[in-house]
Amino acid sequence: MTANAATRSPQQSPGSLDANAGSVDADEVARFGNLSQDWWNPTGSMRALHQINPLRIGYVRDLLCEQLGSTPKDPSPLTGAAILDVGCGAGLLAEPLARLGANVTGIDASPEMIQAAQIHADGTATSVDYRATTAENLAASGKTFDAVLVMELVEHVADVDSLMTACCRMVRPGGVMIAATLNRTARSLVFGIGAAEYVLGWAPRGTHDWRKFLRPSELGGHIRGGGLTVTDLTGITYSPIAREWKLSRDVGINYMVAAKKTLGD
Amino acid sequence: MEFPVETGEIPGFDTDVLVVGGGLVGQSLAIALAQAGVSVHVVDRAVPETTLAPEHDGRASAISFASQQMLRAIGVWNDIAESQPILGIRVTDRNSPLHIHFDHKGLGGEPFGAMVENRHMRLGLHTTLKRTTVRNTAPESLKSFVTNPFGVEATLESGDVVHARMLVAADGARSQTRDMAGIGTRGWSYDQWGIVTTVAHERPHEGIAHERFLNPGPFAILPLTGNRSSLVWTEAPAMAAEMVKLGDERFGEELRARFGDFLGEIRTIGPRWRYPLHLRLADSYVADRFALVGDAAHAMHPIAGQGLNLGLRDAAALAEVIVDAHRLGLDIASADVLARYERWRRLDGLTLLSVTDGLNKLFAPNSGPVAWARDFGLAAVNQMPPVKQFFVNHARGTVGKLPKLLRGEQIAP
Repeated sequence: MTANAATRSPQQSPGSLDANAGSVDADEVARFGNLSQDWWNPTGSMRALHQINPLRIGYVRDLLCEQLGSTPKDPSPLTGAAILDVGCGAGLLAEPLARLGANVTGIDASPEMIQAAQIHADGTATSVDYRATTAENLAASGKTFDAVLVMELVEHVADVDSLMTACCRMVRPGGVMIAATLNRTARSLVFGIGAAEYVLGWAPRGTHDWRKFLRPSELGGHIRGGGLTVTDLTGITYSPIAREWKLSRDVGINYMVAAKKTLGD
Repeated sequence: MEFPVETGEIPGFDTDVLVVGGGLVGQSLAIALAQAGVSVHVVDRAVPETTLAPEHDGRASAISFASQQMLRAIGVWNDIAESQPILGIRVTDRNSPLHIHFDHKGLGGEPFGAMVENRHMRLGLHTTLKRTTVRNTAPESLKSFVTNPFGVEATLESGDVVHARMLVAADGARSQTRDMAGIGTRGWSYDQWGIVTTVAHERPHEGIAHERFLNPGPFAILPLTGNRSSLVWTEAPAMAAEMVKLGDERFGEELRARFGDFLGEIRTIGPRWRYPLHLRLADSYVADRFALVGDAAHAMHPIAGQGLNLGLRDAAALAEVIVDAHRLGLDIASADVLARYERWRRLDGLTLLSVTDGLNKLFAPNSGPVAWARDFGLAAVNQMPPVKQFFVNHARGTVGKLPKLLRGEQIAP
């Protein structure tokens, strides 16, 4: 399934796309446009993701800058880094990283999602290599990356082991992996699901299944099993008084894990 | 099973930010953004040779301590040829012997700010701007623009089309760009005009600014370099029109009657300007991919000398939210970035507008008790250091959550 959305001018709104590739009808492109708009709307259904997005981008950027010997102040600090964003959705993470200079490949199992991501990237004139495929399929091709990102994904998949094995395989020796998910604690049940989905409405109800959340030790186990060494564990917490998200040592609800594959493995 | 998606040529943007209006605030914003790696295109309707000529703008601006910090942080301050530090502020009410005096020494040691002649400021900004990547087109103006989900397509008078991620209106109190964006304003005109001129005097001013409340309105004597001062003089409209038409001799007499002789002999040097005084606040500071800064967002009574300072604060805050997003590769003009700017700045604009309007009303000519209370109040404030500190902090512009640039810091993390 292929659509050529790239030749349109950025002035057209995604809803009025002229789908000139024969295989896609205009209604479908319009639907992807709406999907893209909804994902990218800071107050839309992906509101919670938008709130933590600056923090996770900053975390990824700073870690990769360290790897590359650049600083976050540089005009394109991630130039030269080949990044894979697994489960990229509409590109909330992939697109900003590409704008910081990285060569980003974004994969998502849903072709609709990839279409939505591509429409948005065209509109913002950002170059991302989007593919509708799974981590397992891409890993089978033997491709490797400087950094593999598995952000807010493991809690949504059926087979974590298969996903993480494939992701670890795609980290080149010397490269890094950053994974993020929700911890399986009493607090994440109350705040991560109860408050976020039912009280505050930051995420649609049913977005998360608490039983699929992973403890840091479990996620770390998958990463070590894939031949990587965990180098950092950082929490993302919300302060209801300051009304802002912060990186912290508290990994009780949202957290990120960084890991490295040693050279010569 | 893989679904590749074709990526053709990416259409691209000509610039990140298009700034309409290359005045003091527009240029400061452009410099701050460019220094942080954001691409900027400024269009201004006036020919640069005209705006940089000494006779174009004879006004001087009171640059608060905080604004001075910002101009230092973006490298403009060093390019400004001369400035006069404000070391004291003396407020008096008509001929009442009671007054309030703010001295910088007793209140932290730093000057309140500095008086800078606009022509020096324009030259300084122009010099700094040339060292940046800012694209400057003048004379040129905006004819129309269309907003789309990703940016703005602006058509210029010359027929050129600019694709920008966002548009900033910095084109002054009568901003046409603001009108094009459909943002209304609220406010009213005062029954006062401002007269501005420069005087030379016999004795040194010692860096003291004088604010006098006379019957038609405030009369300010603001120290410039050497034995010169800038005057901001408010009069009823008819009187103001007459004043600027008077011969030098007659004007000098009127001036002496208000100015007094504490600086010895005085004579006017340079032309006289007059302009109507308004209070005006935009209904919103932002729209889709659009923001207002400076006088386009707010016009106020010049009583507290805060108009330009407020504009520079807008510029510093907008630059900071844009650069914060840019450094993360995020959309620099997304709804949440612009909402942050709006929340940050509009309340400040509203507060200062009400304070300056309130001051003007407080010092309007009133009968007995109000005038008495006012004079007593001045003397009382003079005796109460914490209350004085409150006014001083406002004069210095060091109140509220300051953008990094106004704390003299770089925006960069």
